[in-house]
Amino acid sequence: MSLGGRNRGSILDKPLSRGKGEVSLNCFALLFSEVVQYCQNKSQTLPELQNRLHELGRRVGVKLIDLYFVRERNGKRETKLLSILLYVKTTFWKVLFGKEADKLEHSNDDENTYYLMEKEPIVNKFISVPRDKSSLNCAVFIAGIIEAVLTGTGFPAKVSAHWHKGTTYMIKFEESVVGRDNQMEDR
Amino acid sequence: MSRSTRFDTKKVNSELVTLTYGTLVAQMVKDLDTAEDVNKQLERIGYNMGIRLIEDFLSRTGTGRCLDLKDTADKILSAFRLYLGVQPNVVNWSGAGDEFSLILESNPLTELVELPDELKQLKYCNMICGVIRGALEMVQLDVQSWIVQDQLKGDQNTEIRVKFIRRLEDAMPAGED
Repeated sequence: MSLGGRNRGSILDKPLSRGKGEVSLNCFALLFSEVVQYCQNKSQTLPELQNRLHELGRRVGVKLIDLYFVRERNGKRETKLLSILLYVKTTFWKVLFGKEADKLEHSNDDENTYYLMEKEPIVNKFISVPRDKSSLNCAVFIAGIIEAVLTGTGFPAKVSAHWHKGTTYMIKFEESVVGRDNQMEDR
Repeated sequence: MSRSTRFDTKKVNSELVTLTYGTLVAQMVKDLDTAEDVNKQLERIGYNMGIRLIEDFLSRTGTGRCLDLKDTADKILSAFRLYLGVQPNVVNWSGAGDEFSLILESNPLTELVELPDELKQLKYCNMICGVIRGALEMVQLDVQSWIVQDQLKGDQNTEIRVKFIRRLEDAMPAGED
């Protein structure tokens, strides 16, 4: 990092914005459309395209962790599995998308898996998926954001996006996460 | 008019846009060889957005034809307000009245952004130039647009220059008068 020899104020000297800025949805929709096209041009296959979108989402997510915890929670992070999930569903979703996510469910078959559901993610609002690519869900970008936030706050997980009741994000935590959480409960 | 009010409420958090744009730029910097290539690609992306955005602008504002370039500059201002939520100033008109500058004191695209020293050639906001060019091309105005000053490079404001080249003639489809 080139901290020395800089005569103008760096970005860290500026006060943190309150994050209340708003931009037209059309702008975002068109920008996201270009993001998808850019990724598509770089990809040969559908999974590759999804991976690229997922990866870009993860990079966005990483940057949101500190920003939101500092601004919304005075820098205090979550230690319990359920609290971090609720944080994502409520606070986080509300700041980022203006509303809470619709539903959070625990899988019946696998205690490591949770589902976060949203009828209409804003990224999908203006996307019509071509018939030959019907499995493509561009909300995989948002799945990437969630994955980065969970993993970056100490709850390593894999998050994917699926077409089910709108869009369902499948959150699969590593076993150690649930194990640790159970241990904390016991105490 | 009820339609326009409904559409006006559709906003998104500007940080989502900032970071999405930022990761896209970062990805391009990785994928492409030179900053110059990234600048071109960003302009291209803006152009693609502009040619679609103009329709939304026309239908939302119900605006008519511009009488002169001053009129056009005013419309561009209202588009900035509408879509990015910022209010630039129009200054530095050329003597012939065919060139002007848009001065942005703040810019949602560059919030949270810092350019590393090795990317001083990068025109981070080149997308905006592309949007202007694309949108105006769809209303038969051929313009050039480029960045003169850049807050990311230590300038006080961001200055975008727009130069009128020529009016494009309507190309009528064959068989129609």
